[in-house]
Amino acid sequence: MARNGVSSRRKRSDLIEEDFDEFLPSDPRDVHVLAVDDSLVDRTVIEQLLKISSCKVTAVDSGRRALQFLGLDEEKASVGFDGLKVDMIITDYCMPGMTGYELLKIIKGSSNFREIPVVIMSSENVLARIDRCLEEGAEDFIVKPVKLSDVKRLKDYMFGDDRVQGGINKRKSPESSDPSSSTSQPSTTSSSPAPSSSPQSSDLSSSTSLPSITSSSPASSSSPRSSDSSPLQPSCSPTSLDSPTQRLKMTHFVDEDVEIVIL
Amino acid sequence: MLGLGADRLRADMNRLLAFLFHQGVLDEQFLQLQQLQDESSPNFVSEVVNIYFHESEKLLRNLRGLVLEREFSDYKRMGIHLNQLIGSSSSIGAKRLTNICVAFRAASDQNNPTACLRALELLEHDYCYLKNKLHEFFQIEQQRVMAAGVRYPIQN
Repeated sequence: MARNGVSSRRKRSDLIEEDFDEFLPSDPRDVHVLAVDDSLVDRTVIEQLLKISSCKVTAVDSGRRALQFLGLDEEKASVGFDGLKVDMIITDYCMPGMTGYELLKIIKGSSNFREIPVVIMSSENVLARIDRCLEEGAEDFIVKPVKLSDVKRLKDYMFGDDRVQGGINKRKSPESSDPSSSTSQPSTTSSSPAPSSSPQSSDLSSSTSLPSITSSSPASSSSPRSSDSSPLQPSCSPTSLDSPTQRLKMTHFVDEDVEIVIL
Repeated sequence: MLGLGADRLRADMNRLLAFLFHQGVLDEQFLQLQQLQDESSPNFVSEVVNIYFHESEKLLRNLRGLVLEREFSDYKRMGIHLNQLIGSSSSIGAKRLTNICVAFRAASDQNNPTACLRALELLEHDYCYLKNKLHEFFQIEQQRVMAAGVRYPIQN
């Protein structure tokens, strides 16, 4: 499987114990994603999708918990809890209590966290809903079910490919303790194609950061929900994945002679 | 010979999957799950599917209770449960169940008790079918893993 060799897919409890007073992830190349979904099945799938894509994941089951994790929940005094840097938030739209849209508004209304790209997932392909989210500052809107190519595409255009940084750098960067920059994109690694001021999350009308709506992987021609792929990327094909995945590009399931590769 | 056993079992798995795809029971999303399975998560697919079964059975019990309610049918709650079932079914590639739930949801939106009952019966029937088939699939996979595993010491 193609994954960064040094990806550390640690559980949240490990993160709390080990990184509590460290403001940078131990491997600066690892993107830390906060995933929010009330469905256990979906949470399990998105978590694995992200881990396979070399991201560190914290998965929570509600908007409320997401805010608590970030340290934004007013009711809980979260002193010193804002050290776990989140690089991206991916949230379901339809959730009981706080919807993904409401969570989005709160994040974008927060001076500390509004720079974090927020991606909305929804099983409903409703244009009005999509527009509303994008207007509120969502980075992207993915129609469920989420695929590996969706995650790869997101990761690539937000964080670039392997951000090479000499060795694994564990020292605390002085600017990371500053709340206003702690949520900026990985600006400490200069080889990222995205500039550190994160244009993606600011102005949606900018032509360089047109969000795209994807609902199907390029490998499938049978999905009725297909929509155009990202204008940013000439192709969404998971080119960096190993051949077993390539062999899984199936378009026809018409007879028993079809070869399906079982991993 | 055991190596051949593993290959034969793999062919059986492939055939079963192809059959389920052809029937429209599963779709490509199931393949996506398989792509997420690797050495460090060797049982990912069966784990997710088992979570799905566990969650779905709760929802199905609730739906049955709501549909068979004599006095007053809480169509709104039915809709909520169905939304959850639609979401999780599509996440694992259970295409047929997803479609049945969508039709069921339409029936509940129309407050149509007869259609809801029919949809429930179809849903329960197809759910059992899927569960049996996937159990069969994972059983073959277990056998294949064992067959493939036993072979290696002999090669040495």
